[in-house]
Amino acid sequence: MGIIIGSLEQGLIFAIMALGVFIAFRILNYPDLSVDGSFPMGAAISALLIVKGTNPFIALIFSGIFGGVAGLITGLLNTRAKIDGLLAGILTMTALYSVNLKIMGTSNLSLFRKNTIFTPLNNLKPQLTQLFGNSEWLSWVNQWINTIVLFLFILLIKKIIDWFLQTDLGLAIRATGDNPAMIKSLGVNTDNSTLIGLILSNALVGLSGGMMAQYQGYSDVQMGIGMIVIGLASVIIGQVIFGSKSIKRSTFAVIGGAIIYRIVIAISLYLPWLSPTDMKLITAFLVILSLTLPQHSKIGKNIFWQKRKVNKKNYHAQQISTENN
Amino acid sequence: MLRVENVSKTFNVNTVNEKRALNNINLKLHQGDFVTVIGTNGAGKSTLMNAIAGVFNIDSGTILVDGKDVTKLKESQRAKYIGRVFQNPLAGTSPNMTIEENLAMAYKRGQKRGLRLALNNQKKEFFKSSLELLELNLESRLQQKVGLLSGGERQALSLLMATFTKPKVLLLDEHTAALDPKRAELINKLTKKIVQNEKLTTLMITHNMEHALKLGNRLIMMHQGEIILELDELQKKKMTIKELIDAFEKLRGEQFALDSAVLG
Ligand SMILES: Nc1ncnc2c1ncn2[C@@H]1O[C@H](COP(=O)(O)OP(=O)(O)OP(=O)(O)O)[C@@H](O)[C@H]1O
Ligand SMILES: [Mg+2]
Repeated sequence: MGIIIGSLEQGLIFAIMALGVFIAFRILNYPDLSVDGSFPMGAAISALLIVKGTNPFIALIFSGIFGGVAGLITGLLNTRAKIDGLLAGILTMTALYSVNLKIMGTSNLSLFRKNTIFTPLNNLKPQLTQLFGNSEWLSWVNQWINTIVLFLFILLIKKIIDWFLQTDLGLAIRATGDNPAMIKSLGVNTDNSTLIGLILSNALVGLSGGMMAQYQGYSDVQMGIGMIVIGLASVIIGQVIFGSKSIKRSTFAVIGGAIIYRIVIAISLYLPWLSPTDMKLITAFLVILSLTLPQHSKIGKNIFWQKRKVNKKNYHAQQISTENN
Repeated sequence: MLRVENVSKTFNVNTVNEKRALNNINLKLHQGDFVTVIGTNGAGKSTLMNAIAGVFNIDSGTILVDGKDVTKLKESQRAKYIGRVFQNPLAGTSPNMTIEENLAMAYKRGQKRGLRLALNNQKKEFFKSSLELLELNLESRLQQKVGLLSGGERQALSLLMATFTKPKVLLLDEHTAALDPKRAELINKLTKKIVQNEKLTTLMITHNMEHALKLGNRLIMMHQGEIILELDELQKKKMTIKELIDAFEKLRGEQFALDSAVLG
């Protein structure tokens, strides 16, 4: 049980990062690799501020803000300096590695015995026991309380993203990824909408990094390596399983994908013939599998959720989208 | 309403590919004018529209919309005044967004986009009644993704999106060329209806001589970056398809002779 709960908790934290990746890759259609730098940056900022005695919630807000700044830099490199999108992200990521080391002053900063955003929850547990006495029900609550609170928090973030992507500005950002020439002809400066999208995306990633540092009790300069692939794995696995019919469904799918990814990893680490060092290999394999599976099986774009209507119109749409690619 | 004064544009300056696409173009459209544009391939028709829409900077000349000098404005800043429909039905709409979302984006043409929900009941009602005009029953499919629509349906939607905010100038670049004859006819009918209803000042490129004569009140013919023929309302009424085709073939013959001279 402990393993499942642990994976759920981690999955929920990674889900925020995956939502950021979703916004860059799927909404903006921008292959943003700065994630590998903005995630540890969020962690570094949270760790530094907490060590300096800042309230952990305030520290978390700063993790988000600094993540956003990282996104802004990538965006400026791309839209103002006209550097290729992929390269802009790699440059930011590379630069941030040194910056993160500077922020922390060391490669690993421990939060041992420091207050984190999880401290109030942990303090609540003995209080609850005092109030209600020891019961099976209560030990269940104590075991799951982190998961539940995290879940509610992610739900809130999902709702905010869903709302944002339905506003006039959100629509413009979505169209920037979908048909930039068209939204330009409607008077939108796509450079600006790209910037806003990348800021939002990396702010979520930074937030997720900050939470992860507070969750595991330390920040490590290496903790961002391969983050982008984990994020992509979550997005892709989620969309294969839960579909992407609408924005609401897509964000739901990303969260689901992040959790499933964590559980799959946890289970595979349990298998005797796999070791923790195989994790990246498994991740890459998962991504490849979910990328190729839908095309080669007759299952279609999505396994469980979308009602498949194979009619002429869908066929036509698929043709259009292949023509587009 | 639209004034194009001494506009020139050369592509790939100082290279072997140097191409003078627009050569001192002058054109004046009054409020409600509907001008059809014909001309050989590479005559500069699309380039003229791109210049008006602000896709690139022109080398010299001035462009005025509704008395306002827009020459220095970027494409996105001119969008407020200019509606456009392209040849490619995929160009004018966002395929992964719904019909109502596409309309909501067009509804905000040239305006600041903030953090208000893009859709509300009032807008949806307006979109429905606008879509009814198309008689394609799209009003019952508001929440479908545009990628699911046929080319003709998408082009009709593009036309609506380009016009229902009543832009000062409407630019149509062979917007029926990619459609089968029946759907092309439909889009032409809609174009006529919408332009008349909204009294839009319109410039329409077509390779179809019949459409060029049937639609609009004026006609221009372009060749090698210049306007070589202009018909006013009266002249256009008198012009027959045969005369127009003859004039056009004469040009094409010249072009052909020119090309073979170069090749030979
Ligand atoms: N962006 C560009 N860069 C370089 N050359 C261009 C560019 N746009 C157009 N041209 C050239 O300018 C000339 C005019 O092109 P334009 O597209 O305006 O022709 P057109 O009249 O629209 O022709 P068609 O009927 O084939 O659409 C062509 O020789 C074309 O190759
Ligand atoms: Mg053209």
